[in-house]
Amino acid sequence: MKILVAVKRVVDYNIKVRVKPDGSDVDIDGVKMGVNPFDENAIEEALRLKEQGKATEVVAVSFGTQVNQDVLRHALAMGADRAILVESTAKLQSLSVAKLLKAVVEREQPNIILLGKQSIDDDAGQMGQMLAGLLNYPQATFASSVKVEGNEVTVTREVDGGTETLSMDLPAVITADLRLNEPRFVKLPNLMMARKKPIETINADELGIQLEPRLKLLKVNEPPARKPGIRVNSVEELLSKLRAEEGITL
Amino acid sequence: MKTLIIAEHNGKQLSPAVQQAVTAAQFWRAPIDLLVAGGNDSIVQAAASISGVNRVLHANAAHLAHPLAEDVANLILSIAGDYQVILAAHSSFSRNILPRVSALLDVAMISDALTIQADNTYTRSGYAGNVHNLVQSTDSVQILTIHGSSFAAASLGGSAEIINIDAPAPFTKTRWISETHNLSDRPALSSAKIVVSGGRSLGSAEKFEEVLAPLAAKLGAALGATRAAVDAGYAPNDIQVGQTGVVVAPELYIAVGVSGAVQHTYGMKDSKIVVAINQDPDAPIFQVADYGLVADLFQAVPTLTAALN
Ligand SMILES: Cc1cc2nc3c(=O)[nH]c(=O)nc-3n(C[C@H](O)[C@H](O)[C@H](O)COP(=O)(O)OP(=O)(O)OC[C@H]3O[C@@H](n4cnc5c(N)ncnc54)[C@H](O)[C@@H]3O)c2cc1C
Ligand SMILES: Nc1ncnc2c1ncn2[C@@H]1O[C@H](COP(=O)(O)O)[C@@H](O)[C@H]1O
Repeated sequence: MKILVAVKRVVDYNIKVRVKPDGSDVDIDGVKMGVNPFDENAIEEALRLKEQGKATEVVAVSFGTQVNQDVLRHALAMGADRAILVESTAKLQSLSVAKLLKAVVEREQPNIILLGKQSIDDDAGQMGQMLAGLLNYPQATFASSVKVEGNEVTVTREVDGGTETLSMDLPAVITADLRLNEPRFVKLPNLMMARKKPIETINADELGIQLEPRLKLLKVNEPPARKPGIRVNSVEELLSKLRAEEGITL
Repeated sequence: MKTLIIAEHNGKQLSPAVQQAVTAAQFWRAPIDLLVAGGNDSIVQAAASISGVNRVLHANAAHLAHPLAEDVANLILSIAGDYQVILAAHSSFSRNILPRVSALLDVAMISDALTIQADNTYTRSGYAGNVHNLVQSTDSVQILTIHGSSFAAASLGGSAEIINIDAPAPFTKTRWISETHNLSDRPALSSAKIVVSGGRSLGSAEKFEEVLAPLAAKLGAALGATRAAVDAGYAPNDIQVGQTGVVVAPELYIAVGVSGAVQHTYGMKDSKIVVAINQDPDAPIFQVADYGLVADLFQAVPTLTAALN
């Protein structure tokens, strides 16, 4: 069984991005980048399925420019067997990436495609569902548990107000929630070893897919700030302000 | 030219956010149809009573009792040709379905729109709410989820026509097995007027309940939690507030021992009034708080609870 994992390169989640002075986009020049957090959960789950003897090969794929080599190296260092970089300088949006990923799926024929549930830069949360639609595959999003048995996978999903459990025939698409697992740390020797693992590059143009963004980014702004608050010195003062100034009945 | 709203329900009740979706849909000034997949008569009646709705399309079939994304997407696709706009309130239900529909209609979808403007232009947030993006769709069909709290709820009192429609054959490669609900006597988090949220600092599930529940009870508030509190097992996952949890906008949000990471504030900074109780005067939560109290929560919260009527 083969598992394909989609790994996106994003700004580190600890970093507060700044808007460029002309408002054309965010300024990520020289900013620390890394693997999209949910995609680390996806890689981890694929590796665990391999360690359980369910999967035989874990392949990581990323879409973007050559700089994406670093997130693929990270996936290899975690334990992925090989990696594919689909190279494109276009501004990639979920729909185009879904089409590119579909082309990779057709080539690689994986039994499970694991993705993150959303990217933390666009907060789109669309790719897995789009891919499943394009392939007419079963889908299970926001996974917090994945169990493979024969040609079936049982997934528990985190939904508003509780959980839902589904069973799907393979091949299927699964998107990872943070609670799916605790991704392993990458040790230096693993990083060194990962240098020897292969990263294949495919030119996105050769896949014959229209990549022009359908959503035009017209302007990027800082969100309106909340009006500055005040400090209160005691519970009593807090209550009297809430009652007198905000008119809240407490 | 018509607008379709995917009307979410839980098998018993229509989601209150459908009313917000109706307000958002009125932007297009086109007749609005609501699609109810599965559900019962009272849900359909509730949908038909929202003012501004033209028709309620009800698809009922055994396989829609626990609607799968695959089946609801196929249902939407079976009628999509009539619509120029397809939308729903942003939730785990709509996020699961609409991207699948968009891909099959070859449309780039807009997730969690904060505003809807002329010429297919929307604002939406990025980087956990650190930036707002103004985006314009170049597709002829618009598919989007809307950020519920940015839109007022449409009023009730309408009487839309109800039409039964057929559901396409079930998608057999996915099977629904079971579901769990985190039952609570407290108000639902996403629609509560007051929310009391706790962080990792509560220290245990027992303390989380012991310290926060009496305050929530006196206020008639819902309980919320940070991801750190949920991960530590102090609170159930469905009450996580933030970028990857629930987004709330109550009248009053009380953050107790919450540091105020952007991933958390994303889910609460539209609250009308924010109160923060934290012992660290430099905690970032104070930057989004209207009233900040630097104090040990284990003393301040019981004092607050006792002082309430
Ligand atoms: C991809 C991603 C998504 C995420 N999504 C979310 C999300 O949806 N929601 C979310 O909440 N987080 C999310 N997080 C996690 C987020 O980054 C923070 O780690 C988390 O919100 C911190 O939770 P906390 O405030 O409980 O804990 P901490 O950051 O540890 O803060 C504890 C606070 O309690 C205070 N404190 C300690 N003891 C006391 C006391 N006795 N009295 C008063 N105050 C006290 C401390 O001063 C401190 O400020 C996400 C992270 C990632 C990477
Ligand atoms: N450029 C990309 N390269 C690799 N994977 C991606 C890319 N964009 C999105 N993904 C995958 O799709 C998931 C959801 O992304 P999104 O729909 O953008 O929120 C991510 O968590 C990744 O697994």
